[in-house]
Amino acid sequence: MDFFLGGLTKGLGLLAQLDPEVYGIAWLSLRVSLSAVILAALAAVPLGLLIGQREFPGKRFLVVLFNTLLALPTVVVGLVVYGLLSYHGPLGGLGLLYTPGAMVAAQAVLAFPLITALVIAAVTTLDSRVGPTALTLGATRFQAAWAVLKEARFAVLAALAAGFGRVVTEVGAAIMVGGNIRHYTRTFTTAIALETSKGEFAQGMALGFILLVVALAVNLASHQLQARWK
Amino acid sequence: MRSRFLLTALLALLLAAPALAADRLVLATTTSTANTGLLDVLLPAFTKQSGVTVHYIPVGTGKALAIAKRCDADVVIVHAPELEKRFVADGYGVDRKPLMHNYFVLVGPPGDPAQVKQAGSVREALKRIAQAQAPFLSRGDNSGTQVKELALWKAAGIKPDWPAYREAGRGMGPTLTMADELKAYTISDIATYRKYQSTGRIQLAILADQQDLLKNLYSVILVNPAKCPKAKAGQARAFEKFLLSPQGQKIIGDFKADGKRLFWPAHPAK
Repeated sequence: MDFFLGGLTKGLGLLAQLDPEVYGIAWLSLRVSLSAVILAALAAVPLGLLIGQREFPGKRFLVVLFNTLLALPTVVVGLVVYGLLSYHGPLGGLGLLYTPGAMVAAQAVLAFPLITALVIAAVTTLDSRVGPTALTLGATRFQAAWAVLKEARFAVLAALAAGFGRVVTEVGAAIMVGGNIRHYTRTFTTAIALETSKGEFAQGMALGFILLVVALAVNLASHQLQARWK
Repeated sequence: MRSRFLLTALLALLLAAPALAADRLVLATTTSTANTGLLDVLLPAFTKQSGVTVHYIPVGTGKALAIAKRCDADVVIVHAPELEKRFVADGYGVDRKPLMHNYFVLVGPPGDPAQVKQAGSVREALKRIAQAQAPFLSRGDNSGTQVKELALWKAAGIKPDWPAYREAGRGMGPTLTMADELKAYTISDIATYRKYQSTGRIQLAILADQQDLLKNLYSVILVNPAKCPKAKAGQARAFEKFLLSPQGQKIIGDFKADGKRLFWPAHPAK
């Protein structure tokens, strides 16, 4: 029992002491993962809307493809993004490897298929008359799409929350392209992996606990937003 | 309307925040130098003196050299002389210099079923483990520690291929925990072993220590600027010079974890 209680008390202690290293880690995790979700959503939400609302040849294949991409292991995404951003890679000139920017890129790649697949599912189950009705009422295409999005807002926000959950908890890609550099690219998950490898199990457990607190705050905020967005 | 404004503000803030390319020296190194905390005293001293920030990437020796081969690091601190020599011979690295050393330890269950403690030498100890076909857990991850382990088997003239010889494929800490659970022998760096043993997490005991064969030699190598034109050769050289200077060597020699000395500098003060 000590194993779990030790981690919990240590986590509360770190939170209460306002430990600057822990707050730095929390802030970076939040920044990186939210940026990644927003970036991914900018592409995934319109794409999901389009695929979900339209009928076209090859649609089924696309849906299956996005569902399959959900099975992409995070380490593989890390490896691919590393290959792209590495000095000898096609995007090596950006000098992004081992910076928070690289982690944002990798996590956006991870979140993209998940958000797309969930948005497709969300708008497919919607009343198919919403879009056309808006159009006959004189709405532009963009306004019609907005109306569909509004109808599906709960499911879309759930898709974003799922995307955030996927990226804030993943360690494989973040450690590979971020490098787990102290005070610079060390996030919750890479710090937990490090503490565990050092044998500091209580510290790892404590960070896991704080990660949950942060996730709770993010989800509460998004819930607030959802309640207001009527 | 307010929520949309909030959203936009949040988006702008988040996207603006992560800094893009940074001006820094990238050091790829082994987990043992990073996990002990040595780098957290060594690097700030260099930064203070030179104004250069050093970012270290803690990975195994094999991976550190692979990263450096792709020009994704400017300098490496690793501990696998055989791999290092090849790295330099292949033209990837220059100016390989011994930095410091400590010792690997052979650890095993306190009951010591293969009676290796009385063996006298690590060679003889490994022979006894092989004869008894006792459980042995290898790192199996191409780390400096595993490279050393394989060299030790070779020195003992043994091919480790009995059923109870297993590869964990994990870092030192998890390997020690697994070896403890499996009542197996393993080779560990002293720092990680001390950390796990002092907190009572493992029962494994030291069965061979401080022999020449067990010496763990750390070197610093610069990536070859001829192969990696963008490597920060000047700053990397200044960093190496600092590490080998009396000041750098003193920091290494004075460094203690839990009151115990962990590294011996290559150029100790007389």
